Amino acid sequence: MTDHASLAAAFNKDELRVDWHDATLWQVRKKRDVAAASVPEWEQLRELASQIKEHTLSDLDRLLIQFEKNAQDNGMVVHWAADAREHNEIILRLIRSNHISRIVKSKSMLTEECHLNEFLAEKGIAVTDTDLGEYIVQLRQEPPSHIVLPAIHLKREDVSATFHKHLDTQKGNNDPSYLTAAARKTLRNKFVQSDLAITGINFAVAGTGAFVVCTNEGNADMGAHTAPLHIACMGIEKIIPKTEHLGVFLRLLARSATGQPITTYSSHFLKPRAGRQIHIVIVDNGRSRHLAKPDFRNALKCIRCAACLNTCPVYRRSGGHSYHSTVAGPIGAILNPNMEMRKNADLPFASTLCGSCSNVCPVKIDIHAQLWKWRQILATEGILPANKKRAMKGMAFIFSAPRLYRFAGKLGRITMRFLPFLIANKLWNPWYRQREMPQPPGRSFHSWWRNNRYERKR
Amino acid sequence: MNARDKILASIAAGKPALAPLPYIGFAAESDVDLLGAEFIRVLASIGAIATNTTGLELIKEDLRQARLDGGCIVNTIPAIGTVDEEVNAESTAQFLERVEKVYVRGTIGVAENGAIWLSESDMINRLLPFICQHLVIVVDRQKVVANMHEAYGALSTRRQEGYGVFIAGPSRTADIEQSLVTGAHGARSVLVYLVSPETHF
Repeated sequence: MTDHASLAAAFNKDELRVDWHDATLWQVRKKRDVAAASVPEWEQLRELASQIKEHTLSDLDRLLIQFEKNAQDNGMVVHWAADAREHNEIILRLIRSNHISRIVKSKSMLTEECHLNEFLAEKGIAVTDTDLGEYIVQLRQEPPSHIVLPAIHLKREDVSATFHKHLDTQKGNNDPSYLTAAARKTLRNKFVQSDLAITGINFAVAGTGAFVVCTNEGNADMGAHTAPLHIACMGIEKIIPKTEHLGVFLRLLARSATGQPITTYSSHFLKPRAGRQIHIVIVDNGRSRHLAKPDFRNALKCIRCAACLNTCPVYRRSGGHSYHSTVAGPIGAILNPNMEMRKNADLPFASTLCGSCSNVCPVKIDIHAQLWKWRQILATEGILPANKKRAMKGMAFIFSAPRLYRFAGKLGRITMRFLPFLIANKLWNPWYRQREMPQPPGRSFHSWWRNNRYERKR
Repeated sequence: MNARDKILASIAAGKPALAPLPYIGFAAESDVDLLGAEFIRVLASIGAIATNTTGLELIKEDLRQARLDGGCIVNTIPAIGTVDEEVNAESTAQFLERVEKVYVRGTIGVAENGAIWLSESDMINRLLPFICQHLVIVVDRQKVVANMHEAYGALSTRRQEGYGVFIAGPSRTADIEQSLVTGAHGARSVLVYLVSPETHF
């Protein structure tokens, strides 16, 4: 079983770990609130960002062509990849034709989505992930569990054990400063010796051909300015029309992500250094198909801040790996079914539809509404899980027959009062497994109404 | 059809009707004293050290002392002392790896987030402000603007260079249990001198 519910159940076995995960991400969410509240025009910025992305999506082909031309005029090389395989092949060709062996990569969700590391590993080519969180999970041969905080599922003891094994750090030294310093030392050597740096792209400016990469650690720049070759990978939706729009997005991104006023480094690449090369790979991989779906295209506005993950009561208690996808959380639950509907049919149900994700989204994606729309599509397509389908059909039958409904309610109240073990039973009531049952009411609302209001009205 | 044409055709077929581009217009604080104070406050909150200084004497003395203390010091600002000629745009990472401290001019400071724009011509080598252990940035107090909109407005009047970066404080990470550690890969510390009155440097 590899669906969200069973993976979440596995994560939930360690209750203390879950509580820590939940509380830690909630802290990040609270920092985001403080940062957002410190900007009086916050809501206007969200609206502007949403509108800029709206325009971008409506003119995307023209803006991509404009970006390509400007980037080429600036001396960069632009490649196009229709899918993950083409993306990986382009990078492999560049690696082979430049006789490259030492590769450093900064965080790029796109390369994760394309499974670039695994693809290159099969060809005998090793890539070092240099974002500290990504480096930790790479050493542990795990996928990241969060798009901004890749190792948030781990405790310092886990990191310490991993570093002791791979970097020969002191056994049992769990000090984050000590562990970070050890990674800094090891990765500095990797940077200095690198002959290829792979980075993502946060924003690509059509009007100038420049692209912007945001990091807190400085790892993207350490690689990009050292290696003679820099490959920057972007999804087609990373375009923004003009430089002035960066002002809007850079004000929103880090505040939404971690509560910082801005990332430590916001690097603007316009031209390669003399004698160096910058290659840009523009990737579709299902995005243009997504664009054609009016109910769902808004999701392409996403700037990958992860605010929706941090606020989501389901994500916080089920962990990133339970989403079995590169992008976890509410945004992942609406992006992934577009890629592979059957494989990800469980994800739109990993939500309470509380709407908190939509409320914190800096580009105003209607995330919870899209989750609900996906559920309808999945039901229409007939790919609901069997138990959900049965429960839905049963409920529809009961709700459409008033007498039966009242009888069922009565039966439920009596059972809960006199035979509670029949309902509060983890064996056959999945709802009860992680929850307490409520106290049964003495009577139904219907009978209360008959006695109190119905009479008077007559 | 090649990938490019395929992608562009697919976008053209699926994109929505053209939506207008919004106008961005925010009122911004312009009082130099208020902006300078806010800039210093925010820098402190993100782990940098920032200080007001009158003229360049304090910075010259800082550089002199740093050189006396030893270690590889690189100055890129002629007005505060001799510029280290051995560092240029082509200097390799192997060469720059031992750099202890770098003095560089910041073009614009942003009060709302403590970010400082470094242009490629000021940093001399793109790697220099990242690979050094400690970074000292000198900013003209008149060049502190309220927010990112103002910053991009000011930058648009300047000649475009091949590379530029907003740096806000020291390199940091919280990837181990969300506990903040400064000095992930880039500079471990950032010291900002805010210079007044208007001084050419």
